[in-house]
Amino acid sequence: MQAQSKINFSQPAPNILCASISGAWQIGSKVPGPSTVLSLLEDNPGIKSLVIDGAQLDGWDSIFLTFIRTITDECGKRNITLEMQGLPEGVMSLLHLASVVPEQRDASQKKKQKTFLYMVGKSAVNFATSTVQMLHFIGDATLSLLKFFLGKARFRRIDLLLFIEDCGADSLPIVTLISVLVGLILAFVGAVQLKLFGAQVYVANLVAIAMAREMGALMTGIIMAGRIGAAYAAQLGTMQVNEEIDALSTMGISPMDFLVLPRLLALVLMMPLLTMYSDLLGMIGGAIVGVGMMDITLVQYLTQTQETLDLTNIMLGISKSGIYAIIIALSGCMRGMQSGRSAAAVGEATTSAVVTAIVGIIVTDGIFAVLCDALGI
Amino acid sequence: MHWVYETEMNRQSEKTINTPHIIVSDLTMAYGDFVIQRDLNFSINHNDIFIIMGGSGCGKSTLLRHLIGLKSPAKGQVFYGDINFWDISPDERSRIMRKCGILYQKGALWSSMTLAENIGLPLEEYSGLAPRDIEEIVSLKLALVGLAGYEEFYPSEISGGMQKRAGLARAMALDPDILFFDEPSAGLDPVSARRLDDLILELRDSLGATIVIVTHELASIFAIGNNSVFLDAETRTMIAQGDPHRLLSETDDPKVKEFLTRGEAAAEGAKK
Repeated sequence: MQAQSKINFSQPAPNILCASISGAWQIGSKVPGPSTVLSLLEDNPGIKSLVIDGAQLDGWDSIFLTFIRTITDECGKRNITLEMQGLPEGVMSLLHLASVVPEQRDASQKKKQKTFLYMVGKSAVNFATSTVQMLHFIGDATLSLLKFFLGKARFRRIDLLLFIEDCGADSLPIVTLISVLVGLILAFVGAVQLKLFGAQVYVANLVAIAMAREMGALMTGIIMAGRIGAAYAAQLGTMQVNEEIDALSTMGISPMDFLVLPRLLALVLMMPLLTMYSDLLGMIGGAIVGVGMMDITLVQYLTQTQETLDLTNIMLGISKSGIYAIIIALSGCMRGMQSGRSAAAVGEATTSAVVTAIVGIIVTDGIFAVLCDALGI
Repeated sequence: MHWVYETEMNRQSEKTINTPHIIVSDLTMAYGDFVIQRDLNFSINHNDIFIIMGGSGCGKSTLLRHLIGLKSPAKGQVFYGDINFWDISPDERSRIMRKCGILYQKGALWSSMTLAENIGLPLEEYSGLAPRDIEEIVSLKLALVGLAGYEEFYPSEISGGMQKRAGLARAMALDPDILFFDEPSAGLDPVSARRLDDLILELRDSLGATIVIVTHELASIFAIGNNSVFLDAETRTMIAQGDPHRLLSETDDPKVKEFLTRGEAAAEGAKK
């Protein structure tokens, strides 16, 4: 067993302090801190020379090195001559290695706390820059779309088909599950209130209108923001990290045409179809509650739905879904294209894409609600 | 389009060796207010194997980004022949870049495409060749880099070294006038790195191309480089240029000497 680590002090002359170090100075063992030495130096300002004697040191690791480094720094500050005797060769060479390259003054400045005003200013500048970048991206995407309509946009048709499959067919299971559940929930919420008036048959009206006007497009939008918007941001962000986007640019192939356009088109084509599918599934969910739990016959439910649902409501939901698709695709692609070149940056881009898309969807839905009210739709 | 491709090929034979292909004039590179390198002046001649060297973080790859149109200079110019590269429209810049092939540090192959599609894309875009001809060129380029038969592999299905070679095959797709390499030996074992060096030499001789390489691999620098520029991270400017062999024997600058001798010059100085 190794001896307990300790320091024995002696003063061979009034201005010399000798610290004999013994025992094992290793992580996990109880070692005296530098304050033991420093407090003695503090109490005896006459000491001008410190001798550290490590002849009886049994073992050492980084904990001993940090002890010596602290003592060295403090002696330097107090103009005390430090002499080290009997320290193992490994300790001496590591201490030398740590002192070869002087501390980078600029590096520590980076960590200094910024003032409140600086941070407010920086946030404002960042906000302005990101708004300009967003407008720039929307402008580029619009130009790219125009090029597509003029037949000048260059991208691989197979990519478009793959994105259509991903946005469309592959999204069906999750859209099915969420839409049926939303239909069920709407029917349950409505049924409790309508039953009070004996008007439970109007559950069909409530579900049909709510799904067609609002919930079909909204829920599909939120699902697609999480599923497709995030995927777009992660794909393009990773391409940014791997310099794949640089490779396209230097080859004279527009990343906007080649990468963003097929993604945008696929989502704009698929979202209205998914929304119609979601509307239908939501109504089926409502029918399950209506017919199964509220003594409404299936014929009654279908008749009520048919009577209340008109093309205006359906088209309103579908138009919304087209706009949501543009918001999701653009936010996903924009965050991906603007991503930094690290794994963390790709993660941030993905989160940011989903947040931007969902905020965009909700704000747009609010604008639609106000406009519809004003126009009496 | 086919015709343009042919004339570019012909133009290569008209080039004059030892005349400037790329001229960098008073170039200052910066990220925002932070200057990476300033007052860079050098020229890269036709058929040179030009090395951009310097310690880590000195701005070698950033300089490459300025040469290939990915980052605009804070100040100064880059000339391709007598064309001021950053003064022309993006479309014209893109036309110049079609005559350049670039091998990125990590290969930068498009991960959603097979190797054949990766190499075939620039040909489809610019050569105007029939699909059958493109297939044959792709097969030839892959064979040149030792990847014959890997046409249908995706980048994720091959090793890092193979990805680099496939990246080189893509860079050579349009028989470029200039080939840029960003750290070609990084991540390669010594034998593969040596083979890549030999391949670069062969490409220079057979394609008649100008080669620009960003690297700090001394073995490659001395094996293939015939002209170079040394960027210094501390003074943030170039401190030497010329043939690396000549720099090694003639330079008085301790930093260049230390770099080219792998620090041995400094160690010997310390011993004395």
